[in-house]
Amino acid sequence: MKPKFAMYWAASCGGCEIAVLNTHEKILDVDANFDVVFWPVAMDAKYKDVEAMEDGSILLTLFNGSIRNDENEHIAKLLRRKSKLLVAFGSCACEGCIPGLANLSPVGDIVHTAFNTITTDNPHGIYPRTSYDVPEGELHIPTLAKALRPLEQVVDVDYYMPGCPPESHQIAAVIDLVVKVVKGEAELPPKGATIGVGDSTVCDECPRARNVKMIKEFTRIQDIAPVDPTLCILEQGVPCNGPATRSGCNARCPQAGAQCIGCYGPAEGVMDYGARLITAFSSVIDATTPEEIDHILDGIPDPTGQVYRFNLAGSLMKANKSAWEKA
Amino acid sequence: MTDDTFEPTIIGFTCNWCSYRASDLAGTARMKYAPNVRLIRLMCSGRLDPTFVLRALSGGADGVMITGCHPGECHYIEQNYKALRRFLLLRRVLTGLGIEPERVKLVWASAAEGAKFAAEATAFVEEIRKLGPLNWGKADSGQQTVDHEEPSTVHRPSSEVEVPA
Amino acid sequence: MSDQKQERVGVYVCHCGTNIAGTVDVVDVANWAAEKLKHQGVIIAREYKFMCSSLGQELIEKDIKELGLTRVVVAACSPHLHEKTFRTAAKNAGLNPYLVELASIREQVSWVHTDKVVATAKSKAVVSGAVSRVIENRALDEIKVPINPNTLIVGGGVAGIQSALEIANAGFHVYLVEREPSIGGHMAQFDKTFPTLDCSACILTPRMVEAGTHPNITLLTWSEVTNVAGYVGNFHVTIKKKARFVNEELCTGCGICQEKCPKKVIDDVYEAGLGYRKTVYTPFAQAVPNFPVMDKENCTYFIKGTCKACEKFCPTNAIDFAQQDQMLNIDVGNIILATGYDLFDARRVSNYGYGRLPNVFTSLEFERLSNAAGPTSGNIVLRDGKTMPKSVGIIHCVGSRDKNFNNYCSTICCMQGLKFAHLVHERTGATVYNFYIDMRTAYKAYDEFYQRVLEEGTLFVRGKVAEVTDAARNDREKGKLIIQCEDTLAGKQRRIPVDMVILSSGLQPRKDAKEVGKLFGISCSMDGWFTEKHPKLDPVATMTEGIYIVGCAQGPKDIPSSVAQGAAASARVLDKILQKEVSLEPIKASINKEACSGCRICNGLCPFNAIAFIADDMVSDINPALCQGCGTCVAACPAGAISGTGFSDAQIMAQIDGLLLKNLEIGNY
Repeated sequence: MKPKFAMYWAASCGGCEIAVLNTHEKILDVDANFDVVFWPVAMDAKYKDVEAMEDGSILLTLFNGSIRNDENEHIAKLLRRKSKLLVAFGSCACEGCIPGLANLSPVGDIVHTAFNTITTDNPHGIYPRTSYDVPEGELHIPTLAKALRPLEQVVDVDYYMPGCPPESHQIAAVIDLVVKVVKGEAELPPKGATIGVGDSTVCDECPRARNVKMIKEFTRIQDIAPVDPTLCILEQGVPCNGPATRSGCNARCPQAGAQCIGCYGPAEGVMDYGARLITAFSSVIDATTPEEIDHILDGIPDPTGQVYRFNLAGSLMKANKSAWEKA
Repeated sequence: MTDDTFEPTIIGFTCNWCSYRASDLAGTARMKYAPNVRLIRLMCSGRLDPTFVLRALSGGADGVMITGCHPGECHYIEQNYKALRRFLLLRRVLTGLGIEPERVKLVWASAAEGAKFAAEATAFVEEIRKLGPLNWGKADSGQQTVDHEEPSTVHRPSSEVEVPA
Repeated sequence: MSDQKQERVGVYVCHCGTNIAGTVDVVDVANWAAEKLKHQGVIIAREYKFMCSSLGQELIEKDIKELGLTRVVVAACSPHLHEKTFRTAAKNAGLNPYLVELASIREQVSWVHTDKVVATAKSKAVVSGAVSRVIENRALDEIKVPINPNTLIVGGGVAGIQSALEIANAGFHVYLVEREPSIGGHMAQFDKTFPTLDCSACILTPRMVEAGTHPNITLLTWSEVTNVAGYVGNFHVTIKKKARFVNEELCTGCGICQEKCPKKVIDDVYEAGLGYRKTVYTPFAQAVPNFPVMDKENCTYFIKGTCKACEKFCPTNAIDFAQQDQMLNIDVGNIILATGYDLFDARRVSNYGYGRLPNVFTSLEFERLSNAAGPTSGNIVLRDGKTMPKSVGIIHCVGSRDKNFNNYCSTICCMQGLKFAHLVHERTGATVYNFYIDMRTAYKAYDEFYQRVLEEGTLFVRGKVAEVTDAARNDREKGKLIIQCEDTLAGKQRRIPVDMVILSSGLQPRKDAKEVGKLFGISCSMDGWFTEKHPKLDPVATMTEGIYIVGCAQGPKDIPSSVAQGAAASARVLDKILQKEVSLEPIKASINKEACSGCRICNGLCPFNAIAFIADDMVSDINPALCQGCGTCVAACPAGAISGTGFSDAQIMAQIDGLLLKNLEIGNY
């Protein structure tokens, strides 16, 4: 009997699923070596089927998306119980990713914005309710939590695989590894490891030349002309998150002429990704008076978004004060 | 809404060569200051990793006081300027997280400035007292959801969303 | 963490007599630690009257041996006082000294707080922080480095000369570097020294000669240090030996070139602008070395391309117009800075009229005026060069004890003013007024000198001079300088007409003191003087090991104190040399090359050039010998690839959690 495999999509965009499919024929290895028991985006399955499974009966679950509502949380806990190996798959599950930026606002404001802006046709100001009585009984829709949480803040996670989405070649390599483990040809990495990544940061894979950096002005890449295609992007004054971001993507963005925005998350052992970027950017500022420094910092218009774009929910502070203070 | 009984908890980072010695001097000279500040000695304000500040604020501190040698007087020549740059960016990031920038303060104090150290500590405690508790790490039972230490086996329903009127 | 063996921690709470126990319930703190921090591995918590006493130390040593403690926390005074004591105790008992942590509950708690309940609670938090931290401490070994027995002394004034002679006489080599053409410093410009009225040149010249001829002293005058690298025991120093245009090998110091040089310029260094010197010159007759230097800016040959009188007449062909600056590289183990002071520029006190009113003199001008070898052969005369003053006013505290200029007391100006009064009285018989704020005549035989000057009939007016003016209000004042002053003893305003005014100017840090400090890696105080390691107990050492400061570079002082400091620093250097090696604190940063991405962000952060980029491997690396342990790069590495011993992230995070009592929450540890 083949070991069981599951993949789930909580609060996320679906890009992770696409990335899995982007492994092309490698996906057949999954089918050849695993019995896919639960993968809502690819096959029909019901929660109750999973609930009926024996605890620990799924060998491998790739969990993508973060925990935004009680349904996400319920399934996360369910899959945790049923799975031997639970992988936080993709940036959302690992550290909150873009959906995690919702933690900058109180959830009420988010709902209000969604249902009461000029782009929403809601003339009667109707808001969704989480439960509703109908003749057949009480209906529920999932309830939003005050703040979004990455998977590890809800359940115990065995492995982390970051990226928005994880690079397909890394996914393929991980599939290869798991297949080998199943066949007894390889051993699993230690619990808690981050897999499908390099052991340094993006600069390690970036081909651009770099020198000692002294920045007099931060700017946007579209505002510099001409951009030197061979020189370190940060050195050209553009806040590039590469120095603090886990390698493994082959420096995809800098290679394509854009700054790294940090989707692979922090390097091994780093407690707070944003703090690493704060020190990285401030270290290259070429000024000594508070006024000069502040003037240079004005070139980073949204510092919080800059350093926590992918990592806010997984950071030490996790959310804006208003997100948990107000409902 | 000021809470008279609120006693702020402050973590202070000091430089081994100046501000820590200033605090020693405040002690030797028996100067009195607010007891809310708990100090950590670093070799230099340049050692201050913003993570330390985030750890303190998320772990229950209501404010963080960072102290170092006066500009131009760093024991390691110029590392306090690096601390200054980090501090200024960190404060911007904290502001984006809804944390009052006044909760993190940078103070220059030389080894000779025991009186300044004591006065700044007391003044900072009063500033924080006015701001009220930060309560970041102290998610009490009334405050739901950002409930990070929740053991995975306990299921608690998330609170319902209240819709603004 | 669960698979890790739990540490066995001992907590020792000191009463420090009543210093701590008077404000902190030490028994409660110890009991609390034993109970509440048990889960972290605290197996014993004791309190004792004086932990630092030999009995207290034995208590700890005994527990380490008998209970097998692997970590020790001593809750007592500041680590700056007794960290070494308890580390040594641990070492004696076989525990690595770096596994001991001091929790300062005296300087940080009992001495600064009064409420016993609050102080006890804070003490618990401080102990909790130390316990959490000490668990993350790692055993470290002191780093031993050999000491180069050579010493560099910068500045050849009386303090530097004293240092040089002490070390050289002990048999070790000294490089004595002086910026000016001759050693001697300010003291060589003085006529008499207070309070004994010894002739300055008479007592200094033999010392200068001794330094100039000592086999263990390499004298490098007309030279400046341009670069300093390395660390205690192993400094690499670059010295720029400026071109003298005189070949020192050939020159005999006969002085013919000076005699024959046709061009005179005002000497505003040695003669304080009162006299002239030639463009090839030694600053004074007793100069050491007595090789002249060529003043390139003023020399006719360098300006017009002709003259060469000096070359023509030099009997040994020592003049060399083609001479170039030389860069010398030397290795030394210790460095003494004796860079002296600048005189306060009296022009800045515009109401005293210096520079505007001809017969207002600075103290240095007066020194030259009264010097038998000076421009007037020791005749105290007015600016016209011939008129002897009948009345002289001496103003103290010029530029000192004044919020507009320098807050500090320049220490020497009172005695200097008294010396001037005596000399004026002795040489001219003029009426002398001294205007002072407070008379400061501390030290041996100083006040006796004051009494002597009083008895000589010098008049003293206590009060700060408001103005020196030549605007006469009556015939009595006509043609005089009028000193307008409040006489605080008489309680009235006075206008005192005099012929001559001497400003007893204060001392100031050298104008390039900040840059020099940066060059040698030491700091300056707010006033600009070099900062000593401890104002009382370590006045000649600095925070940078192997660098010492003596004389006025450290702060205003008189000749005896400068000499004493010169000798003191030499004793410290000799102590280092004789130890042959020095232990460095093992607080260093290092880079995990696997994790380093080669982003080069750390490269610009180290002022000690300890971080190098290895282009072949595209990684950065830290030279532990150059690393001073500040930790700036550790905090800056965006990849978290740099770690620092002694102050690791784990230690500091644990201390934060401990101070916030997060460690008490079950499941956190």
